[in-house]
Amino acid sequence: MTDVVSSPAGVLDKPARRDIGIKRRYRAERRFRAYGVAALSFGLLFLALLLWSVVSKGYTAFQQTMITVPVEFSEQVIDKDNERATDPQKLMTANYPIIARNAVAKALGVAETDTSGLRAVNQMISNSVRSQLRDMVVANPQIIGTTQTVSLLAAGDIDSAWKGQIDLNVTEQNRKVSDQQVGWMNKLAEAGALAKHFNGGILFNGASSRPEAAGVGVALIGSFYMMLIVLVLSLPIGVAASIYLEEFAPKNKFTDLIEVNINNLAAVPSIVYGLLGLAVFVNFMGMPRSASLVGGLVLTLMTLPTIIIATRAALKAVPPSIRAAALGLGASKMQTIFHHVLPLAMPGILTGTIIGLAHALGETAPLLLIGMVAFVANYPTTPMDPSTALPVQIYMWANEAERAFVERTSGAIIILLLFLIVMNVGAILLRRRFERRW
Amino acid sequence: MSTPLILLVLAIIAIVCYVAGTRRALAIAGGVSSNLHSRQGYYGSFVAICAAVPAVIVLAIWLIASPFYINSTVTSGFPDEVKAQTEAQQGLSFGMVSGLARGMDVLTLEEIDKVGANPVELRSLLGTKGVALAGDPEPWMVASAGDLNAMQKISNRIMTVIVLIIALAGAGLSYVRIAPRFRARNRVEKVILSALILASSIAIVTTIGIVMSMLTEAGHFFGRISPWEFFFGTVWDPRFAAAGATASEGQFGLIPLLAGTLYIGFVAMLVAVPVGLFSAIYMSEYASPKVRAVAKPLLEVLAGIPTIVYGFFALTSVGPFLRDISAQLSGLTTGEYVNFIQAQSVLTAGFVMGIMLIPYVSSLSDDIITAVPRALRDGSLGLGATKSETIKKVVMPAALPGVVGALLMTASRAIGETMIVVLAAGVAARMQLNPFEPMTTVTVKIVSQLTGDLEFTSPQTLVAFALGITLFAITLCLNIYALFIVRKYREQYE
Repeated sequence: MTDVVSSPAGVLDKPARRDIGIKRRYRAERRFRAYGVAALSFGLLFLALLLWSVVSKGYTAFQQTMITVPVEFSEQVIDKDNERATDPQKLMTANYPIIARNAVAKALGVAETDTSGLRAVNQMISNSVRSQLRDMVVANPQIIGTTQTVSLLAAGDIDSAWKGQIDLNVTEQNRKVSDQQVGWMNKLAEAGALAKHFNGGILFNGASSRPEAAGVGVALIGSFYMMLIVLVLSLPIGVAASIYLEEFAPKNKFTDLIEVNINNLAAVPSIVYGLLGLAVFVNFMGMPRSASLVGGLVLTLMTLPTIIIATRAALKAVPPSIRAAALGLGASKMQTIFHHVLPLAMPGILTGTIIGLAHALGETAPLLLIGMVAFVANYPTTPMDPSTALPVQIYMWANEAERAFVERTSGAIIILLLFLIVMNVGAILLRRRFERRW
Repeated sequence: MSTPLILLVLAIIAIVCYVAGTRRALAIAGGVSSNLHSRQGYYGSFVAICAAVPAVIVLAIWLIASPFYINSTVTSGFPDEVKAQTEAQQGLSFGMVSGLARGMDVLTLEEIDKVGANPVELRSLLGTKGVALAGDPEPWMVASAGDLNAMQKISNRIMTVIVLIIALAGAGLSYVRIAPRFRARNRVEKVILSALILASSIAIVTTIGIVMSMLTEAGHFFGRISPWEFFFGTVWDPRFAAAGATASEGQFGLIPLLAGTLYIGFVAMLVAVPVGLFSAIYMSEYASPKVRAVAKPLLEVLAGIPTIVYGFFALTSVGPFLRDISAQLSGLTTGEYVNFIQAQSVLTAGFVMGIMLIPYVSSLSDDIITAVPRALRDGSLGLGATKSETIKKVVMPAALPGVVGALLMTASRAIGETMIVVLAAGVAARMQLNPFEPMTTVTVKIVSQLTGDLEFTSPQTLVAFALGITLFAITLCLNIYALFIVRKYREQYE
């Protein structure tokens, strides 16, 4: 301004641009935007990293190294004195690992007098061959004395080595597989005896201290029971509670109290529900520890607020015109709700329920407290039997020291995530297919 | 009859009642259903409800009340020297007796007669039948067990008879009330409404259950350890005292655990808040609908992943990575390859927890930012402000109370989070400020005090409930305060 005034000669100076810092401000704008992009990418990057780290560690768990060799069910070893007709325990307690060891040793050409060699061979096969061969013999005692081709589970270390998870360049003393065993492993592989097969065991086996024989079978059944209990209890109770709160409840102190309670229960840390379950269900009511019944009840209490909140939203979304029309035709309030409003809200309710169930399926902490951290090798037949749950199994495996369990843990996580993906995709499809917009 | 069988019989009665009631209503109306006050199904339902509901209620009360009565009668029949023992020992004896009673149900009469005189043989016999006893039973226990069984049988018989009588009486009484002017629908709807009210009070019952159960157990704990020592103690050292050595109770100071909880929560918020907030701002203000449609659900996938998976990620990937990179860093700067970050540390746990919390922060604040009225933005943009200036100076201040509420809710989640810290934070209860060292949290200690064999009498176990009620109180306060802020804020624009 002063410039213009101080040039009386009338020279038309270009008026100096008032510096409003437009460049600086645009730079700030771009910077701000970049922060946003960076934040979003940071989140997505870690999602990708997390999934990649699980999948890359875990996909090998679905394959298992097996040694397929002709096994001689020698009568000498199993039942030397031919007592099996009189003593049924004989077949149960026979020394089956020796048979497996001899079979592999024969395939490798290790002499029967070479005790250290035999010991090294024995380390290559899993301890679970004992039950595998025993079950074969008990099911069919005719095979004693014959030679059968059997696929034996390789020991966890051999499994890891064959999958390339053990660095063979480390000096021999510092790794779990000796050079000799590596040589044998390659020899067996060349002969076609040692190969990777699909590992059904991880899906069906129960707990085992041997990684190669451990599976999530028991945990899957336990989780299934719990989900069933949660569904059967929380869906009707949740829907009933929401119908009352949304459609009938008068505005008074009591309903206010319920509202505040539900909102708070949705935010109570899950571990507190575990304490509740331990104190009330296990200690006070005397229900069995480690049972999926108690787990199911605890998870039901935990899921209820989620389902109630979702159901109320779904009921709210049904337009009042539907209610007015039904009431106008003479339906009672109860009939209006159960015949017209509820069916229209059902897709929303089911979506909320599935999401609640998915949350319950991944929940670990409360189950630890009610004793589901149990070593359960046999399938539970009823919800009262001790069992574990899928996420608890993951927790227990994550605490195992053995190298091969890392792979198993990741494998179990993949199974858990697959279940969650299926449930969530189901919920999304349900919403897409049936959701109405008024 | 066993309880499931009784329930089955009741269900059958109810179905029969429904059919009979429906038919009778129609018959009374002369086959024209419009003569009836309600549709005929309601009459059937009315009869079925009258038959089943009172019977089931009586059954439930009986099942809950009778064990108390029977147990106290059996306990009062114990020999005097047993009664003189402590409560815990009496409890053990009672456990033996009820175990025996269960076992004697399995045995045949001849078997009981054969071993009746010799309790030691009884134990081994029961062992073969799959009933394990804690110790050798004494003769008086066998007698008590017999009493217990007899009483249970009598109780069961009386219960069966009473329940069935009530069911049939209810059915009969309601059946004769069916008449064309009888308002069956209103009655049925009243019952349904009370069921709805009952279902919605479960939320209150749960809260009461949480508070009561934890208060009683924590009360037992504070009977042994003074609250002062617990809340202000700075040493956490709950020695697992060997049996009998009750002199050393250990020290239960809450402060180190609380410090660890808050420290890890603080680190988590340090990661989650900027990332979550900026993602929310970007998605609600800048991103095109296409980007938003992809990025928002993807980010929410992070919220759907179970926390145990995050824990495993921290344990096997993030922890070792931080440890190795710290060793490399110190190697580059000082020439000495020492890892100054532990694999289990405040940083590891806090960082991974922060990633877990990103979607909570972002989706909550996204909703709040979107709720800021369009007019505010337009006004600011119209005056020449750039978009970022609008966000910083207009939108965010308007959204601030809501965002603070969202952050408080996120913080309460961080404090209550368990699995990540169990796997990644370590178990050493220490007070220190170095984020590269392990610390422990309240939730970790609840888990570690309660896994494994436990008895509900030692302070080592009961302390978990004191920790639990502390945790519950903290998160409750945070949530209520957050809800309060959010509600207050909402009123501004509605």
